[in-house]
Amino acid sequence: MEYPNITISATPHVRSNESTQSIMRDVIIALLPATAMGIYRFGVKAAMLIVIAIAAAVIAEALYQKATKQKLTISDLSAVVTGLLLAMNIPSSAPWWMPIVGSVFAIIVAKQLFGGIGQNFINPALAGRAFLLASYPSLMTAWVTPGADAVSTATPLALLKAGEIAELPSLADAAFGNIGGCIGETCAVALILGGIYLIARGIISWRIPVTYLVTAAIFSTIFGREGSSALYELMIGGMMLGAFFMATDYASSPVTPKGQLIMGMGCGFLTVLIRFYGGYPEGVSYSILIMNLCVPLIDRYTKPKIFGALPKEAKKA
Amino acid sequence: MGNPLKIIKNGIIDENPTFIQVIGMCPTLAVTSSAINGIGMGVSTAAVLICANVAISLLRKIIPDKVRIPAFVVVIASFVTIVQFLLQAYAPALNDALGLYIPLIVVNCIILGRAEAFASKNNAFDSLFDGIGQGLGFTLALAVLGLVREFIGSGTAFGLQIMPTAFPQTLIFIMAPGAFLTLGCLMALLNYFKNKKSA
Repeated sequence: MEYPNITISATPHVRSNESTQSIMRDVIIALLPATAMGIYRFGVKAAMLIVIAIAAAVIAEALYQKATKQKLTISDLSAVVTGLLLAMNIPSSAPWWMPIVGSVFAIIVAKQLFGGIGQNFINPALAGRAFLLASYPSLMTAWVTPGADAVSTATPLALLKAGEIAELPSLADAAFGNIGGCIGETCAVALILGGIYLIARGIISWRIPVTYLVTAAIFSTIFGREGSSALYELMIGGMMLGAFFMATDYASSPVTPKGQLIMGMGCGFLTVLIRFYGGYPEGVSYSILIMNLCVPLIDRYTKPKIFGALPKEAKKA
Repeated sequence: MGNPLKIIKNGIIDENPTFIQVIGMCPTLAVTSSAINGIGMGVSTAAVLICANVAISLLRKIIPDKVRIPAFVVVIASFVTIVQFLLQAYAPALNDALGLYIPLIVVNCIILGRAEAFASKNNAFDSLFDGIGQGLGFTLALAVLGLVREFIGSGTAFGLQIMPTAFPQTLIFIMAPGAFLTLGCLMALLNYFKNKKSA
């Protein structure tokens, strides 16, 4: 018998229109408010660094894939996101070549050498930042004040570390990015807006960012330090950028729901630990990198039970 | 075996202790922050390796099998002590730079490994050349590692300023992570050429 109106095909029959490109486009859209605030606060120099970082990341990816005779994947925009995130993680006073070094390291070493998109075991942008911070410590911490004058300043985190609480900016200044810091990390409100957009669009789950921020707030309250509060700790440094955009990287965060909760809690606890007792004033990037390394282990121990399996069998499996 | 040149080439290229066997990693990663340090470590290890190889090869029939490892260690430790005294007397700066890693040559896998794998089974003549080959291979590897790390990390080569001082110094390369990065890249490069040659 013939069914002229029925197409017979293999599963899956219902496909999502989502692609890597559309996801990455959403991440870029979500980063736009914070990028715009960064450029508004730190001027044309910040815009220049962002463009250089993105261009370097895309060119590095294209050249590597050309050299190793792979399919070009730059149109999936993932290199653009890496470059943009890296630029948001460097101070606006950085020299022009620094985003190039960082982007090339992020793309070639952290991403392509491990197999390209989806195969990286750590967040490439954070790896690039860690590389820059270890290599050029003084250039990476040469903070300037927002505005045209760009006078050198200290970040709220450095002030807290040094105990100079009299000079701390107000909570409102911190929330709206009127403080010293990396290009994209200072305006917490813009980052929260972007994060909410990502969660609403279903690009990231709420689990990692929410548990990250809640855990960090709880431990900031428990450890406590003069001049700051839990809310203040969340608004300063790279906390929002890390929680919404860094810790949620698909390839380097757990796939299981329970694992994502553990990832968020681990990041939050480690961040506060480094901020309060560590040698560095800021701990967001290192805490996420450390948790990135734990992801295979977390995924392994949070494997969900097979649906319909008896408890005993599930244990055996 | 028997052909000295072949044994030496085996140590430098085919069975390079650092890039092929990947043993003796502790001094390899720890002291190669500059070319001078790398060569100093390589030569010290090579000296101990050559002497220990010959001595152990000569003693191989006398040493009972059951206590051979302690016996090897005693022989190696004696030569390390001599090397350390020599360094203290004639190259105090290098001795300070290498510090703890000089006495640690005693437990270097390369030396114990060659004693076990080669010197205890071959005559003194072959063992001498095996020591030279392996020692040269190790020294070369450490020198290259040190040179790359020193050049990128401080812009110098053998302590001489190569890059203008304004050129940014990528400090991570003279720290521990830089050692891993450099070693990994050099190994990848060598494997690339090896595969190309055999293909």
